[in-house]
Amino acid sequence: MYPIMHREEMSGGTVVLNEIHAPQIAARAKPGQFVILKANETGERIPLTMADTNPGSGTITVIYQVVGASTRLFKTLAVGQGYDDIIGPLGKPTRIEKAGTVLCVGGGTGVAVLHPITRAFKQAGNRVIGIIGARTRGLLILEDRMAAATDELHVCTDDGTYGHHGFVTDVLKTILARETVNQAVAIGPVPMMKFVCAITREAGVPTLVSLNPIMVDGTGMCGGCRVSVGGENRFACVDGPEFDGHKVDFDQLMQRLGAYRAEEAAIGAEHACKIGR
Amino acid sequence: MEKNTQTWALPRQSMPEQDPQVRRSNFKEVPLGYTEQAAVMEAKRCLQCKKPGCVQGCPVAVDIPGFIQKIADGNFDEAIKIIWRTNSLPAVCGRVCPQEIQCEGACILAKKAGAAVAIGNLERFAADRARAAQAQDLPAKEPATGKKVAVVGSGPSGLTVAGDLVLKGHDVTVFEAFHKAGGVLVYGIPEFRLPKDIVRSEVAMLERLGVTVACNQVVGRTVLLDELFEQGFEAVYVGVGAGLPTFLNIPGENLIGILSANEYLTRANLMKAYLFPEYETPIARGKNVVVLGAGNVAMDAARTALRLGAETVRIVYRRSRTEMPARGAEIHHAEQEGVEMFLLSNPVRFCGDAQGRLTGMDCIKMELGEPDASGRRRPVPMPDSDFHLACDLAIVAVGAGANPLLTGSTGGLKLNKWGYIVTEEESAKTTRRGVWAGGDIVTGAATVILAMGAGRIAANSIHKYLTLGW
Ligand SMILES: Cc1cc2nc3c(=O)[nH]c(=O)nc-3n(C[C@H](O)[C@H](O)[C@H](O)COP(=O)(O)OP(=O)(O)OC[C@H]3O[C@@H](n4cnc5c(N)ncnc54)[C@H](O)[C@@H]3O)c2cc1C
Ligand SMILES: Cc1cc2nc3c(=O)[nH]c(=O)nc-3n(C[C@H](O)[C@H](O)[C@H](O)COP(=O)(O)OP(=O)(O)OC[C@H]3O[C@@H](n4cnc5c(N)ncnc54)[C@H](O)[C@@H]3O)c2cc1C
Ligand code: SF4
Ligand code: SF4
Ligand code: FES
Repeated sequence: MYPIMHREEMSGGTVVLNEIHAPQIAARAKPGQFVILKANETGERIPLTMADTNPGSGTITVIYQVVGASTRLFKTLAVGQGYDDIIGPLGKPTRIEKAGTVLCVGGGTGVAVLHPITRAFKQAGNRVIGIIGARTRGLLILEDRMAAATDELHVCTDDGTYGHHGFVTDVLKTILARETVNQAVAIGPVPMMKFVCAITREAGVPTLVSLNPIMVDGTGMCGGCRVSVGGENRFACVDGPEFDGHKVDFDQLMQRLGAYRAEEAAIGAEHACKIGR
Repeated sequence: MEKNTQTWALPRQSMPEQDPQVRRSNFKEVPLGYTEQAAVMEAKRCLQCKKPGCVQGCPVAVDIPGFIQKIADGNFDEAIKIIWRTNSLPAVCGRVCPQEIQCEGACILAKKAGAAVAIGNLERFAADRARAAQAQDLPAKEPATGKKVAVVGSGPSGLTVAGDLVLKGHDVTVFEAFHKAGGVLVYGIPEFRLPKDIVRSEVAMLERLGVTVACNQVVGRTVLLDELFEQGFEAVYVGVGAGLPTFLNIPGENLIGILSANEYLTRANLMKAYLFPEYETPIARGKNVVVLGAGNVAMDAARTALRLGAETVRIVYRRSRTEMPARGAEIHHAEQEGVEMFLLSNPVRFCGDAQGRLTGMDCIKMELGEPDASGRRRPVPMPDSDFHLACDLAIVAVGAGANPLLTGSTGGLKLNKWGYIVTEEESAKTTRRGVWAGGDIVTGAATVILAMGAGRIAANSIHKYLTLGW
């Protein structure tokens, strides 16, 4: 078992942080890499990016949004309990370079994935501007850590309850009009990444995105995670999860993410009846 | 020794099976196994040939007349011991070997009496009986050598290496990427053909012998092969299989409802999605399913789809029946259950709706032309023969390639042009000192028994190396 050492709830309990003892993975993981977790014998294999690692204490941190049956199950795990299986580190690490000015854009839980990458770009000597957003103030995560990892942080909420009233893309446009940016990173919901990339493409700013297609093995064995990048099929688990955002077919990715919606609705109903009984 | 001259002409004992109409909606094993009586009757058909063709037909040269004689004598405990000398997974091989082109294909009775001795069924009988009777006394182990061996991959070839070397007194650790050991035996071949309890008991047996099975270890990611040497392993066996899905590369292949057989079968078998929602992994349940390809993998996918409630399941294959690479028994079982064959048909494109879901497939009819490099007649498209097949689930089972995850992160391994590891045939040594390889990652997708045979060769060579040097 991989025990949970520390646990936090954020965004009113819709986002959960687990710091998990997995020393072998903690020693090796780099920003941008992910793990696959399986809670118990009957559980699903769920990919989550590492939001932090601590080789000293042998722990990795994941931050996940509670969206379906498996993440609901994860949420029930208390400190001292844990996961039967964790596999990783998987995927390619982010290529951290000294590019000059780097713009890190994150939305929703994507901010958790963005944070270690942001920090690494800063440590590599870049000037780092952050833009993070959420639907409403209560759903915003990791503002303080993002503030520490950036030279300049902008916060947006869709409903204007905090920070800039509007989308991350509004702030993005303002900054691109203001100064030269050498590299962008965008991580969040697929539509957000799609719109960010549309803007940075026009501005000619190379943009990395981190993709989250449905996965099974995470080792390039099943092809379920295939995404179309520059017209070619790539496996996000081994060729990614980060890709050149200007080449990704986001519409296809969005459709493919819905592949099991009917089945998941069924399991949702099933769980609801169990609770109802 | 009793002469079996009168009994050989008796009909081959058939194996009782679940009725096709019943089994097409459950995941329980299809053939039910011989009774003791039937096994003895069948064993008595064997002529005990002086120069047995059957043994030559078996890639690991099981002493077939030897173990069959013991069954004929009712001495089942001795029978299994004879098999174990050369084959450590008889319950598996008895079920999945392509016997008709191996042992049974070379049995004299195949010609003489029209039906070979049912060697596979008898091997299965002996192994199942031993497992049920818990007759698996641990084989004798040699004294500990203190030498550490790493086996990467827990498929049949890795398990064979582990079993052989632990008995020779070495300290063996198996590294497996998945959360369960067994390779294709657990993630690929379905429960109705190979119950997972059998694989589990084989792995448990190795653990009782002292093998450490370390799951969730992706070598090349979690740990590098080079680091295994730093950790004190003196020899490494690479048996990572041919785990790379092949797609058709035709338009529309990323529509929802098109999966590789690897994904479909992994969800169904390893993740037990057929027990959804008790097991939480979902699986696409198609009404009208097409399976592209005609090997064992395709048959397994097709029969799984039926069991998951499909109304029609169609195998679409570009060559003809004689070229179908699946075991005869699987094709027969699939047809009995209602799988339809669309032979000499080639998919051209997939069609979908506005939501990106698969709705059908355009195909073209083929005819057989001149033989190609593989000696099989090459299928060529017939002009103006397009036709459309409506389907909501398509499973692509047209072969597997070499997964570059380990080989790409390990220096010093020579690969061939398809990415498979190059080894010395008689020793299974790779071009890197201290590293051996075998099974599908060397030969390309092949068979369980060939993977085990390669494991045996490597184990002997590794033992020699650990005692005498490279
Ligand atoms: C490489 C990678 C890294 C990821 N990192 C994080 C992370 O750090 N934090 C986080 O909150 N989430 C992350 N995800 C997404 C996370 O894996 C999914 O949210 C999770 O699998 C949903 O499981 P569930 O059973 O709770 O929901 P389900 O019931 O399976 O699904 C609920 C909804 O989510 C969609 N969905 C299903 N699987 C995925 C998937 N793999 N990705 C996205 N949506 C999916 C479904 O279509 C459905 O609409 C990552 C995904 C990948 C591939
Ligand atoms: C669906 C299906 C049906 C089949 N039916 C038959 C049949 O009826 N009869 C027959 O004889 N053959 C059959 N075969 C073929 C047979 O199963 C294979 O030839 C055989 O399993 C190959 O054995 P292997 O040990 O080389 O590799 P595998 O069985 O593929 O095992 C390799 C193992 O290595 C693991 N691995 C991979 N990469 C890494 C890594 N980097 N680190 C750690 N572990 C890793 C994998 O997860 C896997 O568990 C079938 C194959 C499939 C897919
Ligand atoms: S191992 Fe396979 S080929 Fe050899 S005797 Fe047994 S069933 Fe036949
Ligand atoms: S070839 Fe057939 S009859 Fe002869 S020993 Fe082998 S199994 Fe028996
Ligand atoms: S998750 Fe299976 S190939 Fe990527």
